[in-house]
Amino acid sequence: MAEWKKPLPTISGETKPFWDSCRKGELIIQQCSNCNEYQYYPRGICSNCWTNDVKWIHSTGKGKVWTYTITYQNRTPGFAEDVPYVLALVELEEGVKMFTNIIACDPKEVRIGMEVEVTFVKANNFITIPYFQPIK
Amino acid sequence: MINLSRGAAIVGIHEHQTRYAPDKSELQIQGESVIKALEDAGLTKNDVEGLFTASSTIRNSGLNLADYLDMYPKYVDNTTVGGGSFEFHLSHALTAIAAGRIKCAVITYSSLAKSGGISVGTGGVARFGHPKLDPSPDSFEEIYGLTTVGLYAMIARRHMELFGTTSEQLAEVAVAMRRHASLNPEALFRDPITVQDVVNSRMISDPLHLPDCCVITDGGGAVVVASPELAKDCKNTPVWVMGVGEALAHQGAGKRDLMYIAAKQSHGPAFEMAGVKHSDIDMAMVYDSFTITVIETLEDLGFCEKGEGGEFVSNGRIQLGGELPINTDGGGLSSNHPGMRGIFLLLEATRQLRHQFEGTERQVPNCNIALCHGTGGALGSRHSGGTVILGRD
Repeated sequence: MAEWKKPLPTISGETKPFWDSCRKGELIIQQCSNCNEYQYYPRGICSNCWTNDVKWIHSTGKGKVWTYTITYQNRTPGFAEDVPYVLALVELEEGVKMFTNIIACDPKEVRIGMEVEVTFVKANNFITIPYFQPIK
Repeated sequence: MINLSRGAAIVGIHEHQTRYAPDKSELQIQGESVIKALEDAGLTKNDVEGLFTASSTIRNSGLNLADYLDMYPKYVDNTTVGGGSFEFHLSHALTAIAAGRIKCAVITYSSLAKSGGISVGTGGVARFGHPKLDPSPDSFEEIYGLTTVGLYAMIARRHMELFGTTSEQLAEVAVAMRRHASLNPEALFRDPITVQDVVNSRMISDPLHLPDCCVITDGGGAVVVASPELAKDCKNTPVWVMGVGEALAHQGAGKRDLMYIAAKQSHGPAFEMAGVKHSDIDMAMVYDSFTITVIETLEDLGFCEKGEGGEFVSNGRIQLGGELPINTDGGGLSSNHPGMRGIFLLLEATRQLRHQFEGTERQVPNCNIALCHGTGGALGSRHSGGTVILGRD
């Protein structure tokens, strides 16, 4: 496997279940058992009601492109070689938005509202990263 | 609540002339600016009781600045919320002075973003080196190649989708700023540009072209704020702090509508404190990190309806001679943008309210009330908004 040059996530106790799940090819997000609100990114407390009754649930992994940009310039190693790439916010069916890249398509084909699904890329033996691709 | 309006005044200003200063330190630029701003006010080092500063690069910025200038302030504030930090500082200085804690404060900033080779807009997470990502939010964001310009471009893209805003309308902002810069001998870029020049130029992060993005310079400045009693003895016409408002906006755990920016929350309290209406504002200094920033800010400040910002900035309305002249120094898009720009909003608004350019094209006629709105951070992720309304007698 080629060396992963892009920045890698730092995994902490509160985010470990998310990254463990990605390694298994499953996207999980959090829902509060007290107020029923979803949240993303994952946190050790519910950002809405401030209880710690958050549970992990499986996302459908499907959503729509909420907005995007085709990035032509980024000096960060790994991305500098990757331009042009699509940086996007995808709104999952559960109603939370995630930063991501839209991959496996021509950047110029991406549109707001485009239906997309999660796909996973293994960065190294410890970390797998969720991306999104158009639903064919 | 105590009415703080006019509880303090801007009495001294200095904008460091430099746009490129590889031979200076950031602390030196701040020191030179503070000294000149105090001269401008007719005050001295011994008058300064409050020290306000922010920095992306100087560790413990207030502490190190006090050491460098051998100052012993009794009120210190290093609120750092991105480029708009200095509107927050003025808000806090007003409160400290009106409460009687201090009589005089200086706000200062500098950066060597240009000579330091910092790619503020397009460096991505590597712009300050290649740090280990924080577990959150970095680890859920920077792994996807965020850039500052990209975070604004995403908002511009959705603005176009929802409201029909065009690249030409975004370009109108850049054209207006360049025309104003042509009247400012210290501005970095002074040659006029057209809408076609902007839309035909290189794309940085779609839909933002190169001239939709602010310049990167070195630079700095300082503002001296004083109590009404002290202001009476100062050399220049006092510029009263009439109203202030602060806000933060963020992802809201993935659920907030990012098309509304912090200006929507911060402007109400500022107008209420000042006791003025939008139609009373003679000119505005609106943080112009990118052209979309101006359009979104004008909408959420309430100068036009949501979605109408593209039309609002067109046909010369935001140019000198127009209905609401904006960034009459050329703004961040053409004059200077040393990493954070909020202090320069206060400087140009003060110059206009002093009628410093009387008899020239740069002066807004009969300028009595000005609004400054600083935005820091990034619209697409999390940002600050500080609104300040200033006025003269």
